[in-house]
Amino acid sequence: MVELALPKNSRVQKGQHHPAPAGAKKVKTFKVYRYDPEGTENPRWDTYDVDVEACGPMVLDALIYIKNTMDPTLAFRRSCREGVCGSCAMNIGGRNTLACTHGWEEVPGQTCTISPLPHMPVIKDLVPDMTLFYAQYASIEPWLHTKTPEPQGEWLQTPADREKLDGLYECILCACCSTSCPSYWWNGDKYLGPAALLHAYRWLIDSRDEATGERLDDLEDPFKLYRCHTIMNCAQVCPKGLNPAKAIAEVKKMLVDRVV
Amino acid sequence: MTDFRTPRSRAQGLGAAGHGVSHWISERVSSVALIPLVLWGVFAVLRLARSDYDMAVAWLSSPVNAVLLALLAVVSLMHMHSGMRVVVEDYIHRRITKAGLLLLNLFVCALFGALALFSILKVALSGGAY
Repeated sequence: MVELALPKNSRVQKGQHHPAPAGAKKVKTFKVYRYDPEGTENPRWDTYDVDVEACGPMVLDALIYIKNTMDPTLAFRRSCREGVCGSCAMNIGGRNTLACTHGWEEVPGQTCTISPLPHMPVIKDLVPDMTLFYAQYASIEPWLHTKTPEPQGEWLQTPADREKLDGLYECILCACCSTSCPSYWWNGDKYLGPAALLHAYRWLIDSRDEATGERLDDLEDPFKLYRCHTIMNCAQVCPKGLNPAKAIAEVKKMLVDRVV
Repeated sequence: MTDFRTPRSRAQGLGAAGHGVSHWISERVSSVALIPLVLWGVFAVLRLARSDYDMAVAWLSSPVNAVLLALLAVVSLMHMHSGMRVVVEDYIHRRITKAGLLLLNLFVCALFGALALFSILKVALSGGAY
């Protein structure tokens, strides 16, 4: 839904300041979005002066440092800390990315602003509610659909056909792309978003899949697919260097191939 | 928690409308058609700027000029209609406002298209007589 101004209870206020420990040599300020929907207070920006020489090189290291030594109430998701699980996706310095693969030195200036993925309901602090995002992914039925009786061994695929999945299968569903897309912000309830559509294309061009037509039927919709206006934020932010916009363009081309 | 609908049901919504590709194609086709038409239109306006009334009428009475001008008007209004429609669908979510704006968009484009077409034909066919 288009909302140009935040509702009253969502306006972000100034929060607490946590100074650096005495004797810190190199200090970087982390300005972090804090919100607890179960409380009565508005969201706030807390600032933490982190002794960055005492923590690792990534933004996630700084967040873990804050949680361990400065403020245990801070909530965020993390797991693999090497860009494989997609849990720590958040907005860092105005750009969606993974906290674990983004160095705090890459963020220019003295202050590094960290907020949750944009335009998602917030569960707490930096933890967004991904329920609908995952359901949209499930709705494209991301598994092999076949009608031919199953072969004795595997479904075979030539190396050339397998190569077509490169640049698609690497997606870790971190949602950096979908939540950076203005179209997904305004129509996220109906538009599937770049991540789900990239996966839709991954199954559309899989040479082993036998439901290509049905898959295209399920996508041909002014909102589910065609809300993509090639804004390209998705390709710009993808921490895995993938190009969801191109995948969506390929789906659109497949739909044209059906009628022309 | 507002209701007990499953996330999957919310994600699927009302299902796929089964159209969209024709709209997408018509947007691209009209864009391509408008490239030569607009270039020609600019050239025509520059030429007409230096002519008097009778010369302009004579120019518009030529079948090629009349047809190209009519196509320019109709194709650009069709293109504008489909573009504005997408903008309204993107940003307007209140059902009544959306319906109103979509109708307004259609009616304004149809009205201007019809007026342009009729005016061009009138001058072209009547030779500018009132």
